[in-house]
Amino acid sequence: MKREYSITTPEGIALGFRRANLGDRFAAFLVDMGIISLVVIAAFLPAVWIGGGDLAIALALLVGFLARTFYFTLFEWRRRGRTPGKKRLGLRVVDARGGVLSPGAIVARNLTRELETFIPLVAAFEPEMLIDGGTALTRWITLAWLIVFGLLPVITRERLRLGDIVAGTRVVALPEVALLPDLAAAPITERDALYAFTPAQLGHYGNRELHVLEDVLRRPYVEPATLRVISEKIRRRIGWPDDSPVEPRRFLEDFYAAQRAGLERGLLFGRRHADKAAARAARSPGDRS
Amino acid sequence: MAGEPRSVAFRRSREATWRRLEALVERVEQRGPEALDADDARALPRLYRATASALSVARAIALDRNLLDYLESLTARAWLCVYGPKRRVGESLARFARWWPAAVRRLGGPIGLAALALVAGAIAGFALTVGDIDLFYAFVAEGYAQGRDPTTPTAELRDGLYGEHDGRDMLLTFASFLFGHNARIGIAAFGLGALFGLPTLYLMLSNGLLLGAFAGLYHVRGLSLDLWGWLLPHGVTELGAVVICGGAGVALARAVLYPGRRTRWDALVHAGRTAAGVVMGAVVMLFVAGLIEGLFRQLVQDIVVRYAVAGATAIGWAAYIVLVGRETDGAGEGDP
Repeated sequence: MKREYSITTPEGIALGFRRANLGDRFAAFLVDMGIISLVVIAAFLPAVWIGGGDLAIALALLVGFLARTFYFTLFEWRRRGRTPGKKRLGLRVVDARGGVLSPGAIVARNLTRELETFIPLVAAFEPEMLIDGGTALTRWITLAWLIVFGLLPVITRERLRLGDIVAGTRVVALPEVALLPDLAAAPITERDALYAFTPAQLGHYGNRELHVLEDVLRRPYVEPATLRVISEKIRRRIGWPDDSPVEPRRFLEDFYAAQRAGLERGLLFGRRHADKAAARAARSPGDRS
Repeated sequence: MAGEPRSVAFRRSREATWRRLEALVERVEQRGPEALDADDARALPRLYRATASALSVARAIALDRNLLDYLESLTARAWLCVYGPKRRVGESLARFARWWPAAVRRLGGPIGLAALALVAGAIAGFALTVGDIDLFYAFVAEGYAQGRDPTTPTAELRDGLYGEHDGRDMLLTFASFLFGHNARIGIAAFGLGALFGLPTLYLMLSNGLLLGAFAGLYHVRGLSLDLWGWLLPHGVTELGAVVICGGAGVALARAVLYPGRRTRWDALVHAGRTAAGVVMGAVVMLFVAGLIEGLFRQLVQDIVVRYAVAGATAIGWAAYIVLVGRETDGAGEGDP
């Protein structure tokens, strides 16, 4: 998994975070704006009912402003850097330097939202409201600035919004990973391993191939033909002595458990084989010409 | 037979700890730190440390990727719970109320510069408009003047300052105020500060010219006293907030121009935190100004009372900014 940000906790553990992609962030924003819109409409309807006209508009503007301003701040504050939209998309706001996400930073990053979303909209539709007086030139310059602000996440390498820059925050993807049953434990606890492997047979693959195999075995459903092809391939490579057909899934499960045990034992002795090429090099040090 | 991988035994002995931490983290994420009772709140950091150290071990010995991903994710989530913002909202507000005046004092220089630009603009606008009334149009856009320009009869100008309004008008005034000219100017002045402060100072100056042009127009008609009586009750608070926003913008510009030992980026981030907190306080000031404008001014027509209120708000804000938050050493440092 690619991890763009590394944050070192006070315990000295380096935690890696993946940068949230813009599509997810925009989707989260839309979810949040949808919720805010519902609130505003709920406030707006009774006003239409009794007062109508100007009063309703004034009330909607008021509620809209309050909702926009406090929704993001309050949720990011109270819900560990997550608004409902961010929660849905598995995103979080964190402090860029690994410190505590301070209320000040949360307020700062959301204060600029007005500048990035609402004000450019006003600028696009009714520039007079925003820029009183001034020549066409100053108007265009101001408009250009606002557009630059809006495009910052697209322009900057780290996909930073103005609010992230000002507040020193980052939005990261932190999906909640469920702990699945251990694939290597299952055959041993529930049944004896059907197939046994010699250390030489386990010297052909590295961590990368192990992880690919883990992915395959964790899939809810795999075509039996696929399993057969994989097990054939492995048997050929490791030089499985006997040609009699094997039960592919059990063979792969046993091989996975044995291979992982072998590679993990190697780790204890400081041997880390990233992939099969590394494993081959380790098997025959003389051949590396 | 290769035997059981070491990571299997490792996981078996620790899984209960992780599961318990996961349950606590879930509760904090759902309902905030108050959702934990005393025992759980004590257990959280201990479980977090145990899991963090398990992550270190797993990175060294385990090749089960799901296990590693799980521990990475859980440790990161728990880290956010343990080191996340813990203070309650009310407590934070009280701290903020003490932090803010000190932070404003520390930005005295930039705020002074922003104020200078505003005042210089106002004086220039006033002098030029009094000298040649047609220059009014150079400083004030048509949309903003709303029928208050050199062609308006004096009586109409006066009525505008003492008009009768009903309750609906008050709410309208207040609401429109939130999107009003000055609130936007304030926030834009802050946000544009990172661009070397030029847009900020330009906004201050042009806002000053606008103010000066109006003052000039009313002065020529002999309505100066009435205009300021109309303007100052909320204007003290409002212009104060605008100048403070401008000062925060200038502080950003200062960080970009003179970053000192930091990189420009770090300096901007550092200054941005303090400045954004200051702007948040200024937004509260704008709210107060909106309330004064929407409610008070419509009800009170007496010019003496208007000036008294203007004076009271001026003294109140000055006392708050100058006096509060002195007791703590280094107040106004860092974050709100």
